[in-house]
Amino acid sequence: MKGRSGRPPLWSYWIVLPSFVVLWALTAWLLQSPLLPTPLSVLDTLIRESASGELWHHLGATLARVVVAFVLAMAIGTAIGIVMGRSQTTNALFDPLLVLLLNLPALVTIILMYVWFGLVEVAAVMAVVINKVPNVAVTVREGARSLDYRLEEMATVYEFTRWQRLRQVWVPQLFPYLMAATRGGLALIWKIVLVVELLGRSSGVGFQLHMAFQVFDVAAILAYSLAFIAVVQLIELAILQPLERRSSRWRQPEAAHA
Amino acid sequence: MLELRIAGRDFGQPVLGEVFATIERGDRICLLGPSGIGKTTLLNAIAGLDKSVPDEAVIGRGKLRVGYLFQEHRLLPWRSLDANLRLVGASDREAEALLEQVGLSGYGHYLPDQLSLGMARRAALARCLAVKPDLLLLDEPFASLDPVMAGELKALIAGILDSHPDMAMICVTHDGGDAEILANRLWYLDGKPARLQWDDPIGEPGLIDGLLGRLRGLDLTGS
Repeated sequence: MKGRSGRPPLWSYWIVLPSFVVLWALTAWLLQSPLLPTPLSVLDTLIRESASGELWHHLGATLARVVVAFVLAMAIGTAIGIVMGRSQTTNALFDPLLVLLLNLPALVTIILMYVWFGLVEVAAVMAVVINKVPNVAVTVREGARSLDYRLEEMATVYEFTRWQRLRQVWVPQLFPYLMAATRGGLALIWKIVLVVELLGRSSGVGFQLHMAFQVFDVAAILAYSLAFIAVVQLIELAILQPLERRSSRWRQPEAAHA
Repeated sequence: MLELRIAGRDFGQPVLGEVFATIERGDRICLLGPSGIGKTTLLNAIAGLDKSVPDEAVIGRGKLRVGYLFQEHRLLPWRSLDANLRLVGASDREAEALLEQVGLSGYGHYLPDQLSLGMARRAALARCLAVKPDLLLLDEPFASLDPVMAGELKALIAGILDSHPDMAMICVTHDGGDAEILANRLWYLDGKPARLQWDDPIGEPGLIDGLLGRLRGLDLTGS
């Protein structure tokens, strides 16, 4: 676990991040420019926005879009990925489309959705989903291709129902791929949702960043960014890591029975 | 009970030739033959796992419950033994009784990969029984076990056969000694493409020695 690829020890975060804040404070103090506010004034803005309820309103709006887009993208992408991984015909049919969608800039999808469907919530969420589905499908397809045929035969002999096969045989094998899609997915969706909000919604962190940009309110931009980073980290620590630990437990059995 | 009308099985070049046979309740068949001849292929065809063998080639399988002991345990590695047995329809109490029957009392909460090879194979055998099979398929059940464990498993299977007189069994093996203990019928698969060279009942004592003698003779000539 202490290999070069592993996570650095916890204390490094407690040294590097505060050092960075000190450096930032010093630079801001030296420049004395409204374009680089001090950490304290950013904190001040954060508290003010939070007390007025603005921060929670916009953070909540962004979070809701992320959740809906994420659930839809994972469900659709997983279904497509499994079918593509199991059937060569479907793969031949969908793969060219995937190549197209994977290389389509997110911005293009967003603009097209807004142009075709108007500046509405459905268009915003759809744009995010369309951007994310191909990534999920490609990742899950890899997993579906590597499903153990020996367990497939077993499930056939013992007449597993479709649901049992999915839940008991496939999902545990696909789990690492679903986790990879989730991680990559959240990172991507967070960012695309902000752009979607910036371009066509009147709520959300992206919208607030847009407003702050209009008046060059750098303190507000940084305050919202910090709140955003905090939420993403919270989801990572409170949901993703426990989920990953729980579902990979069977991989490290205690000592094998002699 | 079951009628085989397998017309041939292709992997580019034919592996399995025509196989015609009937299997009755209580038949205990040992399937012998040189390694790589297609014994597992035939077992898979009977179990319905071989897509190139049409369902019509195995008449009567639809009505049968099949327990298949694969060479690997093929239990779900992320589920406990209990859960693996319940998945094929055993109740909590049945799962416990089955594990006890195969000598794994108290191991219900273990994951399959926490067990030794011999134990995992017995757990897989318990799953075969959990479906209350009409037909038990065993693919080299004693392979890679040490002689003591193999002997125990052989006694266990013999006991199970005794207590299920209506169940049919097909056991792939390359050891004539297994046939002596378990079988009342002998299949010998050989040739290219492979056909059943013999389908002989083992009735009177002593007959099996003659049969095995013929098999050995055949092996020596390498045909």
